Amino acid sequence: MSLLEKLDAAASARIAQLPSGLGAFGIPIEEIYSPTEARIGTKRILLLGTNNYLGLSFSPECRKAAHEAIDQEGTGTTGSRMANGNYSGHRALEMEFADFYQCRSCIVFTTGYQANLGTISGLIGPGDVALIDGDSHASIYDGCVLSGADIIRFRHNDVIDLEKRLRRLGERSKNTLIIVEGIYSMLGDQAPLADIVRLKKAYNSTLLLDEAHSLGVLGETGQGLAEKYGLIGEVDFITGTFSKSLCGIGGYCVSNHPQLDQLRYVSHPYIFTASPSPATIAATRAALKLLKNGRELRERLWENARQLYSHLQALGYQVSPEPGPIVATILDSPQQALALWKGLLENGIYVNLILPPAAPEGKSLVRCSVNAAHTTKQIEYVCEVFSRLYSSIIQ
Amino acid sequence: MVDINQEDILRLLAQRLASFANPELEITPDTNLITQLAIDSIKLLNLIMELEDHFDISIPLNALTDVVTVRDLANLVYKLKLDSK
Repeated sequence: MSLLEKLDAAASARIAQLPSGLGAFGIPIEEIYSPTEARIGTKRILLLGTNNYLGLSFSPECRKAAHEAIDQEGTGTTGSRMANGNYSGHRALEMEFADFYQCRSCIVFTTGYQANLGTISGLIGPGDVALIDGDSHASIYDGCVLSGADIIRFRHNDVIDLEKRLRRLGERSKNTLIIVEGIYSMLGDQAPLADIVRLKKAYNSTLLLDEAHSLGVLGETGQGLAEKYGLIGEVDFITGTFSKSLCGIGGYCVSNHPQLDQLRYVSHPYIFTASPSPATIAATRAALKLLKNGRELRERLWENARQLYSHLQALGYQVSPEPGPIVATILDSPQQALALWKGLLENGIYVNLILPPAAPEGKSLVRCSVNAAHTTKQIEYVCEVFSRLYSSIIQ
Repeated sequence: MVDINQEDILRLLAQRLASFANPELEITPDTNLITQLAIDSIKLLNLIMELEDHFDISIPLNALTDVVTVRDLANLVYKLKLDSK
């Protein structure tokens, strides 16, 4: 099979899952009106499938900061941090993140994907071991592949399984990087962090926690899962993204280990890419201030999350293992998931459709993401539509 | 002394892989995991975890890059089991 024929085969497999004319993946959003509303085609729709957890995408503070940065510093840096793209704003944001986590230092990356790629591939290499949760995000898998380390999976959120694999590694556990996520993106469940920290200490391993979906969402000040359990000081490296609660694009790694700064000299995803634009950095700095002081936003977010979760559960939908901003409904077949996704869109609600093999355990998901800007009325409308669709699609 | 041989591993693999395959397909050591069994990446990764537990070994995912057939996978498991002794 030629290179291009391989791509054709991949495309036809995807098309085979969907009826002709219905493009569930990469659906174009024509206009955005607010953190909760947009236009798809000619229809005004309710956004229930974004990662805009605190609803900050239209915040006046962030927009103003971005405008001013463009006026003062231009549209792009045109170079990498190591060469000609290291601006004062990048360094300031790194200091603000380090201060936020009360950590020794921080490195800012151009995307969240690169934060994992760059941190993981800089920390481990051939001969080392990456011990990763089976439901890890692709950026974690790709970072491990780039590192050249041996990649071992443990069963999702299963600490007994994790310990079994650590024990099996013997002396190699000392050269092992355990990687978990604060909130997992598919089902919205949280890592059992206290048990994982206990194991990483017992086996002298190193722990990396990706707070991509939990930043702004968990913990008193929104630091994430580690803050929720008072374990910030026990986690060796925390990575995260600007593209969800902070409504920008970029990523970070914070740590108390002085060696973190050495990553700048060995991490290709940090070295060989242009630095984030001034507007991105300025908006992210403004968003981080709002996130730190965003207790009311978090409360509102969790009220919405609990309302939707409990309602869908009461209707009889099989939902995520625990309530949270990501509320996934788990369907028996791709056809059922597609019908539910289509029914929601026809009723003006945009959610995410996830089909095998992207979803865990070969499941099909219709994934909703609530945010702090959703009104009670909007959530009630979503619940009403799910209720109507249950009888026609699920029963 | 190693208490398993490649034939034992091949037999076990054939049994496990039969649950993924078309019942009419005869699984042999030369069966291609991807093109003939059409085993998707998630199923393959889950099978690897089962094999790790059954044989009490670690099978790094990066060691799978050269695995094409059932025999390749059996050889890899056998080698890792030998190395773990």
